[in-house]
Amino acid sequence: MQLFSIINDLFLRMTWLNDVMGQLVNLIGLDNQSQLGASVQFFLYDVIKIFILLSVLIFIVSYIQSFFPPERTRKILGRYKGISANLLGALLGTITPFCSCSSIPLFIGFTSAGLPIGVTFSFLISSPLVDLASVILLASIFNWKIALAYVIVGVILAVISGTIISKLKMEDQVAEFVFRKSDLPDMELEELNVNERIRISVESVKEIVRKVWIYVLIGVGIGALIHNVIPESYITAILGIDKWYSVPLATLVGVPMYADIFGTLPIAEALVSKGVGIGTALSFMMAVTALSLPSIVMLKKVIKNKLLVVFVSIVVVGIMIIGFLFNQYGMYLL
Amino acid sequence: MIIKVLGSGCANCVKLEENAKLAAKELGLEAEFIKVKDMEGIASYGIMRTPGLVVDEKVVSYGKVLTADQIKPLLTK
Repeated sequence: MQLFSIINDLFLRMTWLNDVMGQLVNLIGLDNQSQLGASVQFFLYDVIKIFILLSVLIFIVSYIQSFFPPERTRKILGRYKGISANLLGALLGTITPFCSCSSIPLFIGFTSAGLPIGVTFSFLISSPLVDLASVILLASIFNWKIALAYVIVGVILAVISGTIISKLKMEDQVAEFVFRKSDLPDMELEELNVNERIRISVESVKEIVRKVWIYVLIGVGIGALIHNVIPESYITAILGIDKWYSVPLATLVGVPMYADIFGTLPIAEALVSKGVGIGTALSFMMAVTALSLPSIVMLKKVIKNKLLVVFVSIVVVGIMIIGFLFNQYGMYLL
Repeated sequence: MIIKVLGSGCANCVKLEENAKLAAKELGLEAEFIKVKDMEGIASYGIMRTPGLVVDEKVVSYGKVLTADQIKPLLTK
């Protein structure tokens, strides 16, 4: 356990980096005990830490992913029925891309191949919400128990939402062109060698860093503000753990926002350090990553309003329930 | 020859089209390039990963940004 916490501090929390940045801030003439100095130190430390973790983790995840292209996922899912298909869809979602931009082609590809839409939705919900990289980042910011609990509730949310959508039999709510049979021959999946997998993984690290860096900077910037500038009393007055409406408020604010989970984590961390309930912070994070205005607009092109409303409502209610549960029982995990 | 690049306008699609144009030029092929950006159009080819490359209505590649050298054999087939 001792060894474990040393590794955790060294590689995940990178406490040494925080010390180095503190020295650096002092060196350039800003006192790291002052408000400005502390904010700068936090910003530098958090940005560098997240980019290091992000690059390493995305490399690992992309490498694993290269074994599970969507064509194979679709094939695997086709063999299962009922709730086990939903569960498998949610689990496979955890090892596929973070980007919601690829979710529409996936939705169309899965549905036109005859997969039930409920299974596809299980996959679509868990895919941005839970992935290896975000879980390890959560562990680095909070701890492993929180990270593990997050994965479990994320997968449960995906399975239950998908199952409800299956039970509602809403296949008629999907745009017709989705079902049109494509004449794409079942292309042989080429086997990749190690070098190709490494090349693909490096490419995807570059691509994702290019795409998310701005969200990370904004997220950490807001986190630094919350940490060092905004008085705690202001924050707890609105989002304090004793306020029952903090969870719905955080969820509803988060839903339309589009950001990467890596950008929202620093905000969640800062909120928790200022007396906001862990459930409230997680609700915000899940709402931002699972749903966003751009992804809803895109989904609208392939599903009709009724299904869209059902999907959004189930996910929103689920996220709120998770928030309340974590606020209630989260102290056993922290 | 009609070459279509499927993708919603991401950087990868632009790059793939550039590479395909280069490949066609180096091979001395007359080719008309068409961008397919709408969801329905992309979906009708059945691909799940963009960018996709379609040569004379046949999907020859998807999910990858091929280099000009990789595209050449696909154009001469």
